[in-house]
Amino acid sequence: MIKTDILIIGAGPTGLFTVFEAGLLKLKCHLIDALPQPGGQCAEIYPKKPIYDIPAFPEVLAGDLVDNLMKQIEPFQPGFTLGERAQTIDKQEDGSFIVTTNKGTKHHAPVVAIAGGLGSFEPRKPPISNIASYEDKGVEYIIRDPELYRDKNVVIAGGGDSALDWSIFLADVASEVTLVHRRNEFRGALDSVEKVQDLKNQGKIKLITPAEVVEVIGEGAVSGVSIKQGAEVFTKDCDHFIPLFGLAPKLGPIADWGLEIEKNAIKVDNTLDYQTNIPGIYAIGDVNTYPGKLKLILCGFHEATLMCQSAFQRIFPDKRYVMKYTTVGGVTGFDGTKKEAPKAVVKAIE
Amino acid sequence: MPADIKITIIDRDGVSHAIDAPTDMNMNLMEVVRSYELAPEGTIGVCGGMAMCASCQCYVESDHELPEMSDDEDAMLAEAFYVEDNSRLGCQLHISEEMEGLKVRLAPES
Repeated sequence: MIKTDILIIGAGPTGLFTVFEAGLLKLKCHLIDALPQPGGQCAEIYPKKPIYDIPAFPEVLAGDLVDNLMKQIEPFQPGFTLGERAQTIDKQEDGSFIVTTNKGTKHHAPVVAIAGGLGSFEPRKPPISNIASYEDKGVEYIIRDPELYRDKNVVIAGGGDSALDWSIFLADVASEVTLVHRRNEFRGALDSVEKVQDLKNQGKIKLITPAEVVEVIGEGAVSGVSIKQGAEVFTKDCDHFIPLFGLAPKLGPIADWGLEIEKNAIKVDNTLDYQTNIPGIYAIGDVNTYPGKLKLILCGFHEATLMCQSAFQRIFPDKRYVMKYTTVGGVTGFDGTKKEAPKAVVKAIE
Repeated sequence: MPADIKITIIDRDGVSHAIDAPTDMNMNLMEVVRSYELAPEGTIGVCGGMAMCASCQCYVESDHELPEMSDDEDAMLAEAFYVEDNSRLGCQLHISEEMEGLKVRLAPES
């Protein structure tokens, strides 16, 4: 069981900055995120895009913003459970919470801060009418263990980086790799496209373009797919069908936690501390809603800051505290580091 | 002052909405749909308008001459679902006077 003071669900910019504000109050944080790396949308969707409305940063790349936040929170030694999705929450008798991920990892904390953005990133599933009945029976939307495909006949669909990269990787693992894409053009990284071209020339990857998988075939498990190319529809035998069309955020299991939901977001008390209808559970950043809400990173930072003060009071109801400026109090990390403004030197003139 | 233009948006339930869209607010079609709440928040404009999610895909049903697709939009539509020949990403259609009378249908949520 992982124990912490504030359990943060979502490691995007708002979740990461929460670690800093909590750290100033000597509260420890642990973050859960469904993605394998911190940064949320900034890292997953648009790391190379510039952001122009972070105060005092005329321009910053989303990926750099995440790197800077990671550096800023380093002294506060946050824990991470990455690549796992927060699945269930159980309130304990003492008012604390146990949050369990889809992989069974348990986290115990007196305060939970949901900084989940638009939700956890889930694979985008193509609208093939019978595909759901073959999930985990030969249809996989994510490649978890490439060894599953050793000496198997695999059909991959998609035209982005993950479809290209996995086609390249599996060319040496599977007995046969076929890549199906709706266009002749691929938008992945140039060297991946060239590598696939090489492997196609060597006969290690079969390319079927422009074409689309329209049906999954098999009794109980996948034995092939129907592919539509122009006006023609034909069957291609395979053991696995792997559609790789990127990720899209879904609110997911959080929607079933008993929280008040409005417009696909969690309602919070914005007049005070961004607490939800369940005391001890806060929602900050893009995941929350209140009158006048704006989904901006800078608003998430503000919400995180106020929320941490409330969390401190909840954890230590009897302690008196006033907010301290970092310029005055410095930053004392849990790792023993201390940053502070240099002291003025006083010297008399004789 | 530039005038608003009239456009017709058919929502995902098939309901047609005749609305005024401003040409002077630097808005795109996805933002117009959101400002009139014609699709639930969280189901449109998910990436914020960067041509990176296709949640604002729509079908252009009038024969307007629209600005050409950028490579970004073209590539995203190559990965999107329910794509037709008249598919465009709403976030890439900047509202301009030439769009007077435009008629679009929102693509299904995916």
